[in-house]
Amino acid sequence: MTEHIIKAFDADLQELARMVAEMGGIAEKQIADSVAALARRDSKLAQGVMTADAGLDRLQREIEERAILTIARRQPMAVDLREIVGALRVSNDLERVGDLAKNIAKRVVALGSDLYPHNKVIRGVEHMADLVLAQLKRVLDAYARRDVAKALAVWRGDEAIDAVNNSLFRELLTYMMEDPRNITFCTHLLFCAKNIERMGDHATNIAETVHYIVEGHPLVDERPKGDTTASATVAFPGQ
Amino acid sequence: MMNTMVHVEVPAADRGPAADRAIKVVARGVNVHYGEKHALHDVDLDIPERAVTALIGPSGCGKSTFLRCLNRMNDTIPVARVTGRIEIDGHDIHDPELDVVQLRARVGMVFQKPNPFPKSVYENVAYGPRIHGLARTKGELDEIVVSSLRRAGLYEEVKDRLADSGTGLSGGQQQRLCIARAIAVSPEVILMDEPCSALDPIATAKIEELMDELRENFTIIIVTHSMQQAARVSQRTAFFHLGSLVEEGPTETIFTTPKDRRTLDYITGRFG
Repeated sequence: MTEHIIKAFDADLQELARMVAEMGGIAEKQIADSVAALARRDSKLAQGVMTADAGLDRLQREIEERAILTIARRQPMAVDLREIVGALRVSNDLERVGDLAKNIAKRVVALGSDLYPHNKVIRGVEHMADLVLAQLKRVLDAYARRDVAKALAVWRGDEAIDAVNNSLFRELLTYMMEDPRNITFCTHLLFCAKNIERMGDHATNIAETVHYIVEGHPLVDERPKGDTTASATVAFPGQ
Repeated sequence: MMNTMVHVEVPAADRGPAADRAIKVVARGVNVHYGEKHALHDVDLDIPERAVTALIGPSGCGKSTFLRCLNRMNDTIPVARVTGRIEIDGHDIHDPELDVVQLRARVGMVFQKPNPFPKSVYENVAYGPRIHGLARTKGELDEIVVSSLRRAGLYEEVKDRLADSGTGLSGGQQQRLCIARAIAVSPEVILMDEPCSALDPIATAKIEELMDELRENFTIIIVTHSMQQAARVSQRTAFFHLGSLVEEGPTETIFTTPKDRRTLDYITGRFG
């Protein structure tokens, strides 16, 4: 895109995009650290995730202030207005991703350093987190390049995460039925998995925002959704 | 008066609030030369009735030239040559049978600088109806003056000084007086050539509010340099550049997702 006649307007928009990118980097690290803390039962790392969340919140507030100021000052039209609305939306999604990572970290602290009974499910959660991290990286790249095709690929790619979440859900229910002593651990893990699944949804929200910024209209298709945990049940053996 | 209504097919995606209205003014292949200078190139444009159509574009793009074609104001410029066809309600405005004074009564105009006559407020508004013979008695004329001032949103402010000079009013009041003068002869179309560029924001807001009310009864075409004003007041917008009509459509489309790159560059302030 060619530059504005008023150079300070370009600077405003660039600064907004830079702040969103900075938030994206922090959010990615928060996901990776929270899941690493979970896998390694590392309470110290989990504490670090909880503290670092404030940085995301602060950046989000700054983006909001700058966006409002830019709208008031420049009266942006068309793609410029969508850039600003897009920055607001993406920063909201990233702030939520940060909250979800912080919630995982809190659960790590709650579980303490007790031995986890089922390392296999932890690996399932890690695998899901890897998928979500890849999705988030791709969508932030699509945002930085205003690449609709790449954003749409992310948008369609959320199904794989849902599939892992569904199988984890069933697995955890089974462990809980096997031995009630697993319930505390499994319930926390269930919420961790749900948090990661929600992060994936935020990545698809960002993909929709990229589409909106570039194309000027929202995505109207129904996104392929694979989360069936709302209706999942596991019967007791022998029943 | 005959009312030939021309309906044009608008693609579903382009359907704005004014898209279903009948077309009041039709321009086809309109070219304007000022001597050697080719100021307007082959303009085709349909203007819907009872809506505000904004003409935007950088200085010298031809938007005012086009506006002035619609009531044959270019006739008053000796070197100007207008070709092509312009119809109002299906009637060619260049028809030799047509009385240009009558045309200008049907197509009123408000200018950039408020230009009241150096006469009383009352006489400014009464002048048109009187020369066009629209009132048979003093009572009828009074009624036209009062209702025109009311419709222009000025009556309450000037009702006690109708005999005072029109030039003694504030700039915003003078402009509303000019609008009252224009609507006193019951025009169908009102042309506005940057009507707010000499006014402060409050006076501008009053004129914009007035345009919103007037469009229920009149077809309004406004030339404006303020894109925000075009976005606020109009239902349709036409973008001119270098003497050509680049793009025309529902205002919300032009200001959010214009099709032509030149339109996008202009509305987002990227024009070099």
